[in-house]
Amino acid sequence: MIIPHPLLGPRDAQEFTYMGDAALIDRPDGMAEGAAEAFDTYLHARDNPAGLHRELWYHEAGDRSWLVVTRDTRTHEITQVELARDVARARGRSQ
Amino acid sequence: MRYSALRLLREALRGNRGWERAWRDPEPQPEYDIVIIGGGGHGLATAHYLASRYGQARVAVLEKGWIGSGNVGRNTTIIRSNYLLDGNQPFYEFSLRLWEGLEQDLNYNAMVSQRGVLNLCHSDAQRDAFVRRGNAMKLHGADAELLDTEAVRAMYPWLNFDNARFPIRGGLLQRRGGTVRHDAVAWGYARAADSRGVDIIQNCEVTGLRIADGRVTGVDTSRGVIGAGKVGVAVAGNSSRVMAMAGLRLPIESHVLQAFVTEGLKPLIDGVITFGAGHFYVSQSDKGGLVFGGDIDGYNSYAQRGNLPVVEDVVESGMALMPAIGRARLLRMWGGVMDMSMDGSPIIDRTPVDGLYFNGGWCYGGFKATPASGMAFAHLLATDTPHPTAAAYRLDRFRHGRMIDEKGMGAQPNLH
Repeated sequence: MIIPHPLLGPRDAQEFTYMGDAALIDRPDGMAEGAAEAFDTYLHARDNPAGLHRELWYHEAGDRSWLVVTRDTRTHEITQVELARDVARARGRSQ
Repeated sequence: MRYSALRLLREALRGNRGWERAWRDPEPQPEYDIVIIGGGGHGLATAHYLASRYGQARVAVLEKGWIGSGNVGRNTTIIRSNYLLDGNQPFYEFSLRLWEGLEQDLNYNAMVSQRGVLNLCHSDAQRDAFVRRGNAMKLHGADAELLDTEAVRAMYPWLNFDNARFPIRGGLLQRRGGTVRHDAVAWGYARAADSRGVDIIQNCEVTGLRIADGRVTGVDTSRGVIGAGKVGVAVAGNSSRVMAMAGLRLPIESHVLQAFVTEGLKPLIDGVITFGAGHFYVSQSDKGGLVFGGDIDGYNSYAQRGNLPVVEDVVESGMALMPAIGRARLLRMWGGVMDMSMDGSPIIDRTPVDGLYFNGGWCYGGFKATPASGMAFAHLLATDTPHPTAAAYRLDRFRHGRMIDEKGMGAQPNLH
């Protein structure tokens, strides 16, 4: 698999470490009401779709950026790659 | 029809014209007491034990393709019970005992071959871990033998004992482990279940679950609506997709695992060998091909094929262990879709929906578990209580911190 890195161009997937569903960006607030249930869901439950999947890849053997890759789990085709930083900021994180 | 040596002789003399088809091809009835989704090894085993041990007659197995077209036909056929943890070891030992009596129970030759499973160790620390594992196995009634380097050399003199990085320091041998003809497991269970009246309905894809007032009442399928008192889901690989029809999100990711077969070679390996320094396991089929596999690819996938970097990784491990295979040509490689759970262990449990039961999360160890999984799931479906050997495989164990994490990796499915 080749991942088209937004900054570095096409890179071999072997340079990356896989972290799973990009929903992991939305870490629950540990101080909020019902945090235990929220963390159980966050840590353990997955959508696991057959089809388009937004997922986190870490460019460990490269520039060490985190990417959000949109990939079809039935064909391994990659349709979109974003910097996870941009995705997180767009969701109101680390403003 | 009962299979026997006498029947074989009779048919040989009569031109093999008397053989009947091994199971019927019935139309689905409007309603069953129990509907099992998934005609793989686990689903068919469940149906067999429901009919033969728990007296359930009105049972159907629904399969979207043909039976045995999924992971029961895509694995490396190894059976063993060399587990360490309390939640696992009794279950897998129970499974191995069922394998030992399987062919008599099913009246079907599944070629159960207890040729021995040898796990190699390459350091003192790994040997210590094997001592502990072997003792845990023996405490649960399984067999285990610790071998030193010379004992391993006597079995397989051509292994690479003096590898500079991973010298072979010994091994943990389970003589009762071995291999089974995987397709015959699906066929044998199907035939035995069918003979007791279970309807095996192929080319029948479940497209929806009918749920009223929190209770399952039936399934929508590509061949119409089928009513059901209880529904058991045994579709490992696609568990998340099927359970999503009931609005449930599972602690599972689907990953692809590759396996490989070489051209036929003269007899070389009479057991199963696993490399302790990488992930590589190999046996030799009766046709002579070396059957081997390694790690999962490591990313979510429903494609039944993997990528080349993992092929390279597996083959490198093989070459480190047994350089003699360097000239053997690979004939076939394929991928299967695995339910990778959050702790690397399976789930056999009720669900929040009444009458809906779940069996899945087998990671890449489901084949060896087939008989015990079927028995435990049949027990759960018939009695609403967990089978004693599978009581730890609860759906809610993650929430309560009761992980069965054999590899000690935490909630990271691609590392189990």
